[in-house]
Amino acid sequence: MSLPVDAQTALDTFAQPLSWEQRARLLMQWGERLPALGDDEKSGEHLVHGCESQVWLLGNVNEGHWWFRAASDARLIRGLVALLLARVNGLSADELQQVDLPDWFNQLGLSRQLSPSRSNGLNAVLQKMRQLAADAT
Amino acid sequence: MLLPSPWRADFPAIAALQRQGQTYLDNAATTQKPQALIDALTHYYTNGAANVHRAQHLPGAHATQGFEDSRNKVANWLNASDCGQIIFTHGATSALNLLAYGLEQQFQAGDEIVISALEHHANLLPWQQLAQRRGLKLVILPLHTNGLIDLDAAQQLISPRTRLLAVSQLSNVLGVWQPLPSILAMAKAQGALTVVDGAQGVVHGRHDVQVLGCDFYVFSSHKLYGPEGVGVLYGHNDALPRLQHWQFGGEMVLTADYHEAKFRPAPLGFEAGTPPIAGVIGLGATLDYLASLDQSKVIEHETTLHQLLLEGLRDREGVNVLGEPQLALVSFVVEGVHNADLAHLLTEQGIAVRAGHHCAMPLLKSLGLSGAIRVSLALYNDSDDLQRFFDALDQALELLR
Repeated sequence: MSLPVDAQTALDTFAQPLSWEQRARLLMQWGERLPALGDDEKSGEHLVHGCESQVWLLGNVNEGHWWFRAASDARLIRGLVALLLARVNGLSADELQQVDLPDWFNQLGLSRQLSPSRSNGLNAVLQKMRQLAADAT
Repeated sequence: MLLPSPWRADFPAIAALQRQGQTYLDNAATTQKPQALIDALTHYYTNGAANVHRAQHLPGAHATQGFEDSRNKVANWLNASDCGQIIFTHGATSALNLLAYGLEQQFQAGDEIVISALEHHANLLPWQQLAQRRGLKLVILPLHTNGLIDLDAAQQLISPRTRLLAVSQLSNVLGVWQPLPSILAMAKAQGALTVVDGAQGVVHGRHDVQVLGCDFYVFSSHKLYGPEGVGVLYGHNDALPRLQHWQFGGEMVLTADYHEAKFRPAPLGFEAGTPPIAGVIGLGATLDYLASLDQSKVIEHETTLHQLLLEGLRDREGVNVLGEPQLALVSFVVEGVHNADLAHLLTEQGIAVRAGHHCAMPLLKSLGLSGAIRVSLALYNDSDDLQRFFDALDQALELLR
């Protein structure tokens, strides 16, 4: 399974030696590139439970490929979510089930920056993606 | 250094954390341990563990002696020897649950339990659930903006229907001493039972339960530089008989038959099963260590450190301190900055502070906040710790703004 283009870009960017400031700036840049959600989309229905800050997630399927949009009120979390979206957008429901989240963030050199609660939060986002895909079939 | 801690070297983990690039400022969550405690645990486990209160053999006698010595040390620490008993539990949470179950028969539908708006979940949820079980009303005392319980409101809300008052001595979010003498007097005037959650308060200064005059006082060992898994419940001799046995099992029983049993009074009747023996012995060693320190020097050190922390935060633009903290900790938010972002960048720089709701969700909600950053101090912290925190804070804010 080849990586989506955005995922390869993320790898090229993050998998080099970075200072904590550089990493934080990059994360925030990635977060800012996420298309904004409308206020009506930031509803309880789209809220991901289990995150320390609020994360909203919406998904659409197009000819078997899943595309997600997300937002968060915290900027670094938004960046981490953006990196997750880069990895999963365009995948099929089956491929979504196989995504190895710790491995992905490990490849990006970010696993050490993920506190257990933050990594639980990202896991919750991935679980919600899988749930959306499962509910659609 | 502006303000060194003379006790820093007594806590070996502080140097170890420093070697890992970590500055530990999350002491309201739990504390590092003194060498005296580590030595006591090692001594107990390397010299022969045994169960307490059961065996006739020598190791059992030694363990029981150490365990009961600790009970006396805790009683002395709280000046409880003449008026009550010390019950060992598995933490402050389990002590409060013991009370909420053990006192259940004291309530009838319509009775009221009074707590304050700043309670930690441990001193909220056991009473909330008791209220639901028995059809009671849970009354919440409101706060002034400085974090103190509103005494005028309390005077109105504490009524003849009040059967129990449970309040914190020192908030884990707001860092102010509550006006306990006034509040406890109001409850006692109505004949209500009084419970003080000393989880944070016990760590700062010595407290005398006879002066406080409460029926029950609760704290956990691990916040007081002791081991985890040990909680303390002090009960006044007049109040203890109202406590029904809660958990049942070994050693809490006087006589047992297949269909009925008789139970011991406090303390053993409330310590079912094997207690955390090493932990209790360790707490005793910790109290010996703390008793050997000059308390006035410790308080002076903590006060000066707290002043430095508070002033440094107030000097920084956009930093809003929660309430008017007097000691131990400061919680704050920064305008336009999400506390999760700030926490992330402080963590990146090796600053161990806490972000989030601090197990007091209703309080944070009432302040209109989803979370806050909390810096909490211990006697081993020094001004260099604060300087590292402030440097990291400035760096983080520069990035985020």
